[in-house]
Amino acid sequence: MWRFIGFRILQAIPVIFAVITITFFLVRAAPGGPFSTEKAVSPQVKAALEAQYQLDLPAHEQYFSYLSDLAKGDFGPSFNYTGRSVDELIFQGLPVTAELGFYALLIALVIGTISGVIAALKPNSAQDYVPMGIAMVGICMPSFLLGPTLVLVFAIWLEWLPVSGWGDIPGDKILPSITLGAMYAAYIARLSRAGMLEVLSQDYLRTARAKGLPEYKVILKHALRGGLLPVITYLGPAFAGLLSGSFVVETVFQVPGLGRFYIQAAFNRDYTMILGTTIFLATLIVLFNLLSDVLAAWLNPRLRYQFKK
Amino acid sequence: MRKNATISEKVDAMPKGVSLWDDAWLRLKKNKLAMFGLFFLMFMIFLCVFAPLLTPYGYEEQDLRLGATGPTLAHWLGTDIFGRDMLTRILYGGRVSLMVGFIATAVALLIGVTYGAIAGYAGGKTDALMMRLVDIIYALPFMIFIVLLMVVFGRNLLLLFLAIGAVEWLVMARIVRGQIQNLRQQEFVEAAISIGLSPAAIIRKHLIPNALGPIIVYTTLTIPNVMLLEAFLSFLGLGIQPPQSSWGLLISYGVETMEEYPWLLIFPGLALTLTLFALNFLGDGLRDALDPKASRD
Repeated sequence: MWRFIGFRILQAIPVIFAVITITFFLVRAAPGGPFSTEKAVSPQVKAALEAQYQLDLPAHEQYFSYLSDLAKGDFGPSFNYTGRSVDELIFQGLPVTAELGFYALLIALVIGTISGVIAALKPNSAQDYVPMGIAMVGICMPSFLLGPTLVLVFAIWLEWLPVSGWGDIPGDKILPSITLGAMYAAYIARLSRAGMLEVLSQDYLRTARAKGLPEYKVILKHALRGGLLPVITYLGPAFAGLLSGSFVVETVFQVPGLGRFYIQAAFNRDYTMILGTTIFLATLIVLFNLLSDVLAAWLNPRLRYQFKK
Repeated sequence: MRKNATISEKVDAMPKGVSLWDDAWLRLKKNKLAMFGLFFLMFMIFLCVFAPLLTPYGYEEQDLRLGATGPTLAHWLGTDIFGRDMLTRILYGGRVSLMVGFIATAVALLIGVTYGAIAGYAGGKTDALMMRLVDIIYALPFMIFIVLLMVVFGRNLLLLFLAIGAVEWLVMARIVRGQIQNLRQQEFVEAAISIGLSPAAIIRKHLIPNALGPIIVYTTLTIPNVMLLEAFLSFLGLGIQPPQSSWGLLISYGVETMEEYPWLLIFPGLALTLTLFALNFLGDGLRDALDPKASRD
């Protein structure tokens, strides 16, 4: 197990390094400097600004200086919000996005696994078709369409819930969380249905039944562990999806989170902010993938034994 | 002469062989949802391709006196705030959405199949190295990179194809490599090598045709993903730019005015959702039809 974890960590390091390098040079290669779109500035002011943000140094020196700052956890100052650092902005948005993502993942896991397991228990019956049909809608209806539709129905027509915001009016966290979680609930429902179907036909479950275990124990103690394995492996990609999904959901519902900051930074051409957020989000995603792989290996001994040799 | 005739008579009398493709088609035909998907998709493609001939309105043709009206006989899906016909706009937007879906998938297909086939055929160290590279690229958070690319290099259709294609080829490469690796062990490949066929010819003529089933299935399932990605970017304002249009862009316009004119959101949303539905059903159906592991019922 430790060997597996060590191997995966070794694999993650070059990926994170690649992310930093690619992002840095991509942003550097962007046509038009960060100050060129603003109102005309005098050459002296421009030179002073460039010196302040170290843009006057050669590219490789900028790169190494950025790397050494990063090692200290310093993402540098924001271009747009003068006097504020990228770190400050990230840690202002992160708790909001984390909370939104947590609710969405909770919704996805609870609704997804329950409906997937229910569907798998009676395949090709109404109990299977109804949740799976809804799941198909969830997969085909992107969040940027689902969100506004929910707002239209529940906030504008029925006036049950607030239109937008986060933590201002009671109930304003419900619609964003559902919007972000819906698609993952749908995927998880399909995955857990398929996983359960495969496990349910296996011999060890027949053995469990043959020794007289009640059906609920067969399902809860023996089938779930194997059947939900695909869901665990899916958590890594789902986490990445939730983060990029938060771009849309936070824009639609005007949630002051990291995703909205990122899109704003993209429109403002706030290069240090884009650079910092990209590296931050990407590293988070890589680490979460690592975590979900380790979790899957812990649950599935076959994955671990490949490294025992 | 006479002898030949008897042989052909005998052949006619024999029970007709069912090829893999006939068999798959028979199974697909039985799947109502998949057939609905296929017909809906063909219908949608037909409408979008021939949009200029089918609607009497121009894409940018405004009728400011009319303004935003709901569905009427003259404008089946209503008009937007500039009095532009929604049906026309949806069909023209569909051309871009579908085109992005198909072309970016084609890019992914080309790269993925070539890369996967080479890795699978070569085996050994080359294969290990090539697949490790795929693993590393796969671990990169691509959604964020596409957003970054669109920000850095501007919203350019060609770049969008390349960026999306560059993400989607990875899974295709893995699938093809796995298939080719299995086929590689079989005797007909040895026979092909023994008669002196070049590796490129073996891959092209013998291996890829035999791996076509999974390739087709995965391609069908990639198209909706690509279309979603394009719509996602366009919705955020990072994809297709006006005057070009796509369903994602129409939806983002619709959201702005949904309180007063909900149909401006509902109709483009329906067009996108139904098309994605159709593609997913077709893909699922094809998987059931072409998957050799599926039961023959």
